[in-house]
Amino acid sequence: MAHAHKLEILRGLIKFKSNTQKIWGVLILLSIITSVEVVLGIIKPEVLMGHVLGMKILNWIFIILTIAKAYYITWDFMHMRDETASLRRMVVWTAIFLILYLVFILLQEGGYIQDVYSSGFIKTDF
Amino acid sequence: MSTTVVTTGTEGKTWGGGNEPLKASYGKMMMWFFIVSDALTFSGFLAAYGFSRFKFIETWPIADEVFTHVPFLHGQNLPMIYVAFMTFVLIMSSVTMVLAVDAGHHLNKAKVTIYMFLTIIGGLIFVGSQAWEWATFIRGDYGAVQTKGGNILQFVDTEGHRVALRDFVVAGEKERTAHERKNGLWFVSEGTLPTYTVDEVVHGLESHPNVLVRTQDINEHGHKTVLSREASLKQLKANGKQVVEGANLHVNEYGSPLFADFFFFITGFHGFHVFSGVIINIIIFFNVILGTYEKRKSYEMVEKVGLYWHFVDLVWVFVFTFFYLV
Repeated sequence: MAHAHKLEILRGLIKFKSNTQKIWGVLILLSIITSVEVVLGIIKPEVLMGHVLGMKILNWIFIILTIAKAYYITWDFMHMRDETASLRRMVVWTAIFLILYLVFILLQEGGYIQDVYSSGFIKTDF
Repeated sequence: MSTTVVTTGTEGKTWGGGNEPLKASYGKMMMWFFIVSDALTFSGFLAAYGFSRFKFIETWPIADEVFTHVPFLHGQNLPMIYVAFMTFVLIMSSVTMVLAVDAGHHLNKAKVTIYMFLTIIGGLIFVGSQAWEWATFIRGDYGAVQTKGGNILQFVDTEGHRVALRDFVVAGEKERTAHERKNGLWFVSEGTLPTYTVDEVVHGLESHPNVLVRTQDINEHGHKTVLSREASLKQLKANGKQVVEGANLHVNEYGSPLFADFFFFITGFHGFHVFSGVIINIIIFFNVILGTYEKRKSYEMVEKVGLYWHFVDLVWVFVFTFFYLV
């Protein structure tokens, strides 16, 4: 069992003295990210409504913040930070690759069907 | 784990067994691989949700307008507050879980017991909240009319605030009652009839000049399109087919029925994971109390269920984003 924990987060910007302290530190970080998401979701600033790469900037921010949260949950709560590099890559790269591929083909197809619906001769307003 | 590995006299040899190249025990590694496969299942569901949403991007319901309820604060418009609370509860129970794992590393039975107990409580609060969310979603709030084409017509006042059917429609005498097995064909069943008929809604709209119809179409400002008074009456009279109250797998007063289908399926599948996580946590909790791991001199079982529990939290983070925020 790995008793030695790596106690740095944010690339060594914050160093914790003990594992327990790190857990509380990560909780604070996750809470801050969640509150930012909720506040942005409620006020929906007009500045962030522009489109980048086919999606609103606000939605990109939400997705990036979510991935940041997922990173800290996996790395610190699930102790991925303390596992060997090979186990970490087996789990993370496999999942990331397959998910990105699936999401890409499905969203591409969804967008295409939407295009057919809106520019084709299919009546939906009745 | 060394206590559970049978010694065979071949230790030290590469293929002699008991070798852990990944420095993780068999059980922990298999839990990781199970998590990968389960993550792919959830991604399949969420990607399918994305597919349907991209397909109907111009008419998809706006989540902020659907999930606006908080228990004990009836009638107030509070989007996302309750889901944020649920997210926080789940993250909090993840924290108590990882604290239990940490206490396990120090073989501190009393602390593991307390933290496991708090984790179970957090899980129960979350499942309970989700049940309440479901109940609220199924019951619905304002009611709507579905058109022949399957579109949803909602009602707003001239300032754009939602108006419930009960506020302007009067239920009249019905020509038929709901069919039940005991008073008709025993092999045919019928759900609850809506409180109002489409004709009654048309009549209510005619007699309330300040009520307008809101369609599913999202305009360039990101809001749902509100029709003019004449267009409202015309649309409702020409196309109104069925009154919808609440949501189920067939109809959905908030918009596309697919939205409700995915809501039930994804949050239901996640809720099932939380539920089974709570059951597994309870089993481990009793093992901790009975001193099973104390005797084993290893709390690795707590670590393994901990991995599963964190995974449930991880999935919720994504469900929260894609269902409630984006």
